[in-house]
Amino acid sequence: MRTFTSTVISALALLATLFSLYAVGQASIREHAFETEAQRELYQTLIQELRCPKCQNQNIADSNAPLSADMRDRTYTMVMEGKSRKQIIDYMVARYGNFVHYRPPFNWYTSVLWWGPLLIIVIGVGVAWAMSRKRKQPLALSEEEQERLKQLRKPDHD
Amino acid sequence: MSRQETQGSNKKWIVLFVPLVLFVVLVVFLLKGLGKDPTHLESVLIDKPVPEFTAQDLFDPTQQHSEQVLKKGPLLFNVWATWCPTCRAEHEFLNELAAQGIPIVGLNYKDDSRGKAMDWLNTLGDPYTVNLYDPEGKVAFEFGVYGAPETYFIDAEGRVRYRHVGDVNPRNWENQLKGIYQQMVKEAKQ
Repeated sequence: MRTFTSTVISALALLATLFSLYAVGQASIREHAFETEAQRELYQTLIQELRCPKCQNQNIADSNAPLSADMRDRTYTMVMEGKSRKQIIDYMVARYGNFVHYRPPFNWYTSVLWWGPLLIIVIGVGVAWAMSRKRKQPLALSEEEQERLKQLRKPDHD
Repeated sequence: MSRQETQGSNKKWIVLFVPLVLFVVLVVFLLKGLGKDPTHLESVLIDKPVPEFTAQDLFDPTQQHSEQVLKKGPLLFNVWATWCPTCRAEHEFLNELAAQGIPIVGLNYKDDSRGKAMDWLNTLGDPYTVNLYDPEGKVAFEFGVYGAPETYFIDAEGRVRYRHVGDVNPRNWENQLKGIYQQMVKEAKQ
């Protein structure tokens, strides 16, 4: 009986802890009020897509860094001002560089990112094809070589 | 061996070396990345004019400054806060640089309070020619500041030439930063 009671108590304690953690997690994200659903959607996509410059690999939606909070606020203000997705991203990139956006733009520096995988697949397929073609070729031996092979095959060759 | 055979085996050797060469290239590329500080971000403002802003004076709330205070270069623009331990570490050296006659404009970035920032300068010394107050980090946002301290090198024409992230200390000043500053001074004289 005693063990059952203690199990129940520890389960309740665990639940309480989880709930309080959930509450903390909720509180860290400041609530923003939107006028339209489109604004909310734009804001949500942007904070998922924008990267926190202070962190190594987190978007500003997930990051607790004060700078991320500032960037979320700025994003919110710009969304409410009626700025477009592109305008907001350009604004952030103009200040924090391409690092700040999870979708790098296509240019000379990033072309290897976009074409690299394709290039590697093409090379791989090419090499595989060339090798399989080579293997199919029958052995072409000259008369001299045929003769030598015959000699080598003789069991009592010394 | 006939000549043809020799050529054939040469070709084979070259083909065998291709993966090795590719491997070496990859190793060099990855080793280069290994020595890099991943937290270091290149500033977008390099060789661009300082962005526009307005900010209150730290000591005198009635006084407004604009980006014009940064157009009297060559100068250093230092972002600092009292909550930032590295700023405390570099403060002594900033005082030294100021004593050498190097103009430094200070931006107090998202500090706990104006009073705390003023106390800091009153006790530790004030290396800054102008003190900007940026409680919400609005000015810093224009510069793409992502931490403190950061020091921007601004030339005579008001262009950002370099951004240094982290503390300015005698070692990195002698090794690198002094050269950047002197280059700006040299250009200004021409």
